[in-house]
Amino acid sequence: MTNARALLVIALCALGAAAVSALLPEYYAGILLAIGINALLAVSLNLVNGITGQFSLGHAGFMAVGAYTAAYLSAGPLAGLFAHPALGQLGVALCLLAAALLAGVAGWLVGLPSLRLRGDYLAIVTLGFGEIIRVALLNSDSLGGARGFIGVPGFPGGAGAPWVFGLLGLSLAACVRVMGSSHGRALLSIREDEIAAEALGVDTTRYKVGAFVASAAGAGAAGALFAFTYSFLHPSSFNFMKSVEIVVMVVLGGMGSMSGALLAAALLTVLPEGLRPLKELTGVDLRMVIYSLALVLLMLYRPGGLMGRKELWHLNWRRSKAVQP
Amino acid sequence: MEAFLQNLITGLSLGSIYALIALGYTLVYGILRLINFAHGDLFMLAAYAALGTATLLGLGTLPATAGLLGHAWAGFAVVLLVSMLAAAAAGWLVERLAYRPLRKAPRLNLLITAVGVSLLLENGAQALFTANPRRFPDLMADTPLLQIGRAQVGSLDLAVLATALVLLLGLELWVHHSRQGRAMRAVSHSHETAALLGIPVDRVIALTFAVGSALAAAAAVLYGVKYPKVDPLMGVLPGLKAFVAAVIGGIGNLRGAVVGGLILGLAETFVSAYGASTWRDALAFGLLIAILLFKPSGLFGHYEPEKV
Repeated sequence: MTNARALLVIALCALGAAAVSALLPEYYAGILLAIGINALLAVSLNLVNGITGQFSLGHAGFMAVGAYTAAYLSAGPLAGLFAHPALGQLGVALCLLAAALLAGVAGWLVGLPSLRLRGDYLAIVTLGFGEIIRVALLNSDSLGGARGFIGVPGFPGGAGAPWVFGLLGLSLAACVRVMGSSHGRALLSIREDEIAAEALGVDTTRYKVGAFVASAAGAGAAGALFAFTYSFLHPSSFNFMKSVEIVVMVVLGGMGSMSGALLAAALLTVLPEGLRPLKELTGVDLRMVIYSLALVLLMLYRPGGLMGRKELWHLNWRRSKAVQP
Repeated sequence: MEAFLQNLITGLSLGSIYALIALGYTLVYGILRLINFAHGDLFMLAAYAALGTATLLGLGTLPATAGLLGHAWAGFAVVLLVSMLAAAAAGWLVERLAYRPLRKAPRLNLLITAVGVSLLLENGAQALFTANPRRFPDLMADTPLLQIGRAQVGSLDLAVLATALVLLLGLELWVHHSRQGRAMRAVSHSHETAALLGIPVDRVIALTFAVGSALAAAAAVLYGVKYPKVDPLMGVLPGLKAFVAAVIGGIGNLRGAVVGGLILGLAETFVSAYGASTWRDALAFGLLIAILLFKPSGLFGHYEPEKV
């Protein structure tokens, strides 16, 4: 039953967010959109770092692959579709598909050699991959290089919020469905004890690579949404700090908790906006200092993050209300 | 032939710097099974410590003299020693504050903490020292000592090679022929058994961090002498490459780290000498992927069956 309830909650929230953003002033609607994109990134990374218990440090690299794929397609081969008001939505769908596909292939190429092994190799390899992608983008003249990619068409008809929150809801629902299946339990068993999982017949390499590819595809789709939202791409938007930001979202939310990742993504998107006066006051960008300190302190004092391994829809709201005096 | 010889010398001195950093990774991995992401940033802190010491002593700023100490080698030795001590203290502190409380926690948490410490050191240094690069003082002049055709061995290369050699031999002796070294090898085999035999496990681990960081500091001074630029992110790339070197040699194996460092240093120098200099930094990751695909235990590592 919780499964059905979770799906209902997700659908309602996605619809609500899309509707609310139509009513908000532009500035707040923009922040809401950024929250949605970051949430998609955090939810997809949670699949690897939280649920499967591996450690990827290159999520921004996959995001970049998706973003540049969508930008290239929508400004080049599919530009005709985007000029048309109705067919434009088809163009967005095609771009999203291509972005997710290409990022997934990149994930497969990176994941296969490093996930065959137990241990922490994935962290180093993904870190290296993220840097290589960034340097490659800086040096590729056809994709704008260091000047950045200018002229990505925006969402046709200004339909950003339905796309972002629709996709976010869809991927959350997919995660919930997977976690309720034997595949989800196989992933969790890898996190808890890889040797025991293998002894019970779980093909650990296949599951780890599968989760990693799905996560990379999610990042690719988020990258495409990012491209359509901001219409301008620069390699420096996808640097190591962006990867770290996503990792902090997952850790802060509670590794393994999808709704936790969502909450943390919202918090960490709004927080820098709130901290802007502090930055203007001190003149230095202390955001990264705060992020890194938060990462260490969380691990030392509250390794479960905000939500631990719970989900919002697992909390029993009625009982918790009854306890309150 | 002469170009080849010159590249060989450059590659060896770069490789011995990588080897010194790689030893820190391998020592810590051997004892905690942790990739110490903060290692490259301790290298960076050590470079700042060396810079500070040299400035205080007035080294490298007065023309044609070696400052207060009068002799270039003496100044170099003092800077090296101070920076090694400072880095050892910093390494000990990091272990004490960030890693020791997590000894019983899942390994993923330890890894995330290591990444957090690394970022904290980088961004803390950026806030403290600003992101602007500074010039590392010329601790000694680069006088040519040995001429083979057009290839020459300068005093810098000699200093780098000699210092690295002395430290590597010292480490080898210390690990294999001292009480602490024996305790360290015992702990790396099994924490529980070592504790049962009366070895103070926590103190040995702290000592390992201190020694590894001191070696990184030596590498930082040598690196600074050869490539005189100091900035808060200078540790990232050498740190990553040294990690790759440790994996090439077989992580956890001391001699492997040295050989891996030399291989990487030579490979990088020759690749950039023969035309592909833009791919220099990607080479290390290519090598890492190849090693992970074909021989994950590295050249000298041995396959460790996992015990339940």
